[in-house]
Amino acid sequence: MTPNNPTNPQRQNSATRPLLPTPYSLLPRLTDHRTIAKQYLLLALISVIIGALLSLLMRIHLVWPGWSLWFHGPILPEDYLALVTIHGTIMLFFVLTTAPQAGFSNLVLPAQIGAHRMAFPALNASSFWLTALALLILLSSTFVPGGAAISGWTAYPPLSAVPSAGPGQGLGMDLWLLSIALFAIASTASSINTLTTIIRNRCEGMTWERLPLTVWGWFTAALLSILAFSVLLAAILLLFCDRHAHTSFFLPAGDLVNNVLHKSGDGSPLLWLHLFWFFGHPEVYIAILPGLGLTSMLLANFSYRKVFAYRTMIATTLLIGFLGILLWGHHMFVAGLNPFASSAFSISTMAIALPASAKVLSWLATTWRARPQYTTAMLFTLGFVSLFITGGLTGPILAQPILDEYLHNTFFVVAHFHLIMAMAGIFALYAATYYWFPLITATARHSGRLMSEPLGRLHFWCTIIGAYAVFLPMHLTGLAGEPRHYAQLTGIPGANGALSPAGALLAQTIPLNRFITYSAIFLATAQLLFLLNLILSLRKGAFATSNPWKATTLEWHPAMNPFPPIPASDIPAIAVYRAPCHYQTTGPATEPDTSFLTQWQPDTAAETSAEHTINTKPE
Amino acid sequence: MPATITPNKTDQERKRRLEDHDNGSGRRPPTDKRTGGGGDNDNWNERSSGRSGPYERLHRYRMGIFFALASDLMFFVAIVSTFFVNQSAGHLNVYNHFENTWVPTAIPPILWLNTAVLFLSSVTMEIARRTMFRETDVMDEWLGLGKPITRRALPWISATIVLGLLFLAGQWIGWHQLATQHIFFRSNQSSHFFYLITGVHAFHLFLGIGALIAAFTGLYLSRQLESRQILVDGVSWYWHAMGLLWLFLFTLLVFFQ
Amino acid sequence: MIFPRKTRLSNSNPALLLAPWFLPADASAHGPALDHHLLLNLWITLTLLTLAHLILFAGLLARRRPAQKNLWRIEYLPLIGLAILFATLTIKAERLWAGTRYTGASLTALQVEVTGVQFAWYFRYPGPDATFGITRPQLVAPGEGNPLGLDPADPHSADDQVTSELVLPTNREVDLRLTAQDVIHGFSIPELRLKQNAVPGQPMHIHFTPTTPGTYAILCTQLCGLGHYRMNATLRILPREQFALWLSAHQKESTHDSK
Ligand code: HEA
Ligand code: HEA
Ligand code: CUA
Ligand SMILES: [Cu+2]
Repeated sequence: MTPNNPTNPQRQNSATRPLLPTPYSLLPRLTDHRTIAKQYLLLALISVIIGALLSLLMRIHLVWPGWSLWFHGPILPEDYLALVTIHGTIMLFFVLTTAPQAGFSNLVLPAQIGAHRMAFPALNASSFWLTALALLILLSSTFVPGGAAISGWTAYPPLSAVPSAGPGQGLGMDLWLLSIALFAIASTASSINTLTTIIRNRCEGMTWERLPLTVWGWFTAALLSILAFSVLLAAILLLFCDRHAHTSFFLPAGDLVNNVLHKSGDGSPLLWLHLFWFFGHPEVYIAILPGLGLTSMLLANFSYRKVFAYRTMIATTLLIGFLGILLWGHHMFVAGLNPFASSAFSISTMAIALPASAKVLSWLATTWRARPQYTTAMLFTLGFVSLFITGGLTGPILAQPILDEYLHNTFFVVAHFHLIMAMAGIFALYAATYYWFPLITATARHSGRLMSEPLGRLHFWCTIIGAYAVFLPMHLTGLAGEPRHYAQLTGIPGANGALSPAGALLAQTIPLNRFITYSAIFLATAQLLFLLNLILSLRKGAFATSNPWKATTLEWHPAMNPFPPIPASDIPAIAVYRAPCHYQTTGPATEPDTSFLTQWQPDTAAETSAEHTINTKPE
Repeated sequence: MPATITPNKTDQERKRRLEDHDNGSGRRPPTDKRTGGGGDNDNWNERSSGRSGPYERLHRYRMGIFFALASDLMFFVAIVSTFFVNQSAGHLNVYNHFENTWVPTAIPPILWLNTAVLFLSSVTMEIARRTMFRETDVMDEWLGLGKPITRRALPWISATIVLGLLFLAGQWIGWHQLATQHIFFRSNQSSHFFYLITGVHAFHLFLGIGALIAAFTGLYLSRQLESRQILVDGVSWYWHAMGLLWLFLFTLLVFFQ
Repeated sequence: MIFPRKTRLSNSNPALLLAPWFLPADASAHGPALDHHLLLNLWITLTLLTLAHLILFAGLLARRRPAQKNLWRIEYLPLIGLAILFATLTIKAERLWAGTRYTGASLTALQVEVTGVQFAWYFRYPGPDATFGITRPQLVAPGEGNPLGLDPADPHSADDQVTSELVLPTNREVDLRLTAQDVIHGFSIPELRLKQNAVPGQPMHIHFTPTTPGTYAILCTQLCGLGHYRMNATLRILPREQFALWLSAHQKESTHDSK
């Protein structure tokens, strides 16, 4: 590709093309993808901190219902439900969709494909500001009369369609819908940008098979967003009409909510479930696909190997994306889905376990007898592998309707998705942060900084222990029958005064729940280590060399990451000559003699000597 | 599509040696023995040529438009599928008999006229789009002989705008005709969908007209030929898509209620 | 690690920390098979889990060797193995699912209607005439003891009995008609391994056979508003003759206060 081609006047006179490849040259700051990346990451960080605090409030209330929040008083049932709703919404949309898919992709995607800019910088920037606006609206819904929405992140009607259905279902619900609608538009816009960038802005020689798996992850996730988010938008529009235009898309005739009778119409609540989950399931894969790609790349990088079965990994990424569209019904096995449909969805869901297992196998094979280098990034990546396996294996259990009939909406499900989505997702974010921190902190003036490794290791061990301590026991309370969305587990009044059988059933889970809460507090506190590390390293972290991890992908190309800019004249034209992860080592990887070939290095004598030992094919 | 003459072309006159994968962009990568000739089928030969060559920006924007339209299509797919579900949906009345209260909404005849108008507008739009790429005019522009392209395209753009406004007005009249028969958005299931579908589509056209006006002003203001081409080209694809979409939605409303 | 057990009602038991390590008691005909399949799944998961982690750690600890090349041995063969494993699990599960859900209840099944309302469950027995009376949402008046809006004009509704606790006989199939008045509720009886959402405007039928007499919890497992957590009811499973007694007694009193 030609960042600056003197023999090409068209590029010079067009103001949209920077003469220098440094992002700060001609482009306005706000549309520079690195700036946007930092904005997204900051937004995600703020969101995740809020979300984590909310989850702590939830946990504390579950085991000490009497405990009263400062400036607020005791947490009422509706408060608890609002907490759950906002927690889920913030974490899923504003953390795990923005940070990996928009944040880190803006940071490294263009560089990894050898492009100096995104396809549509303005679109890119506007989608960020839309996202920020959406977050503000969501948070503001907490303070309106009636409080925030209480119908969970899935917002099933009629609960979400009729304001009389409960506190927070009035203005709070409207704001929730508005916020998610804006978010949907923003994600669609940024996905359009991502897709176009990947397809059109790849540099010389960057063939599809040579794309890093991270890019493949972003690509597939972007495709999913394009398909899924617009369906969510349509569903939200319909729900909004039901709420304000007296239509009845989701409201059945004769629906009586708190003495408010809905007379007309033959709407069906299940319609919302179908539309929502058609979006909702792809959404959770959007959250994890970039993480899957990152894991493959980092494992290979730090064990100085090729990614095992590179092409198969590309195929499985696309396959997971494709199957992910076909199995939304597995959230509705006992929600009124026709039993035969349940069987069909169950089969397609079991099918998706295979590409996922293929990925796990490739990870195991990549690290097998590799003596990798245990940087913090590598540790978090290994943690991701462990969490993905643990959380993933409960998926096929839930995928069997007969078992889901017992487990649906119990804490077993909560455990499942917190391990595979929440914790694995956060681990991927951490790995990315520790790994790409030099790219985040590099400025035109000085090169990037590294995060403190000792602090990082401590943070890793606390987090992995905390993660398992919090979410493994949840499987047990779930198996014991503890349902989701229960604002209270103790002293639930029975039909006739005394402790009801329900109360007795739930009371058994209290001791274990107490343990979970303690662990949750520990887990959240452990994150302070990260924040500390972040602040310290931002200030006075050690400066990084131009390729601190012996990485082979293009984001470490000296002309790509914003290290002190070299004059335009001696920027090598960026072209790619081989698939990533091109290592040749004798002995343990930690030894210094690890020789490696970056994607951008032209053939050298060194390589021709490497010729015989290195299999240059992707596999 | 006819090629414009851009300076690129001149520097592509250089002798190219394809056998060395020289794409004529000025720098050719050192030949790569292993990957040469696509022997290890990592399709080196079909490698992307990077961001060089004429029309690169145009194609980029076009691709963006297409992705946007794809997601928009999903939006309508969702609405249409709810249409079919709700149409077949009913409820058990008090006597436990299943009853379906779907009464089709009569289509105001003027919608046929609107359809014709919209089709016409697509034609004018396409003419405008083609004029943007007429070679001789492109040549003139590049030689700095005024802006013939703008001159030729403007009338067609304005025609499209007028026709689009006519369509919207027609839809408005259609809604009023229904309203006079006391069929409102809220009235019954099928009216929900009639107003929703027509309304959402009308909103899309409204945006389209905004884009057309932007293109109109762009044709005046922008000096750079390529941006003008992109502007008109993008709007026209959007416009065609909306026209096509309307044909589908209209047949849905007319024949499938 | 996990065995079915009877629910303890005492909260003061020191061994309670272990309590949740068990599935609740199992009091339905289809339950044992379900438990068995569930335990099988859990054990398999546990095995795969440990196996995967063992491989991971072994690979990390062992001395470095050149990377593997053999795609088939390392990637595809294990995949085929897992495919077979998951396929068998699916088939077993589908069998059980088909057994409980594909067919309707037998005609002799006991008819009961369950209605979910924010935030209570109501149960309706059709009475001697074995047909449910008409209900109209306009007539709903919990205050006047007509929470379901029974239409007094309808002859069938006179002998319908509406109760707040579900009482069922042992070893007789029950045909539940699930409805909801306002929002979606989740009808769930953990001890019967039973769960089905009650969707307004769309009645659903599930059928099952209680086996062990006892008192069990009925929960709501679909978020339905601020009272979701306390929307529970009691299920009493009685031996047949006792059930007959209860039914007749209940009929008398209901006819009494209807007079
Ligand atoms: C990403 C998703 C995510 C994450 C991280 C979490 C984190 C946590 N969640 Fe959450 N949770 C959900 C998604 C998530 N959750 C969803 C979708 C629901 C369902 C909502 C619904 O039903 O509607 C839910 C529901 C839910 C429930 C069920 C409530 C109920 O149904 O009654 C509970 C109960 O314990 C819970 C607890 C926790 C706890 C203790 C954590 C702890 O792990 C919190 C500790 C915090 C961290 C470990 C993260 C720290 C990370 C950083 C500080 C920075 C990293 C950022 C960058 C590098 C940019 N969550
Ligand atoms: C990142 C997010 C994410 C991911 C990746 C997954 C992955 C999977 N999920 Fe999950 N899921 C959620 C997020 C996610 N889920 C959320 C948020 C919910 C709750 C929504 C709500 O109700 O609020 C949910 C709920 C949910 C349900 C509904 C439960 C219910 O509500 O009753 C089901 C049911 O089928 C399911 C199934 C699966 C399956 C089969 C996978 C599969 O993709 C898993 C594939 C992985 C594996 C199978 C592990 C592979 C490893 C091995 C096989 C080991 C190999 C062994 C050796 C090498 C020895 N999920
Ligand atoms: Cu009813 Cu939850
Ligand atoms: Cu899912």
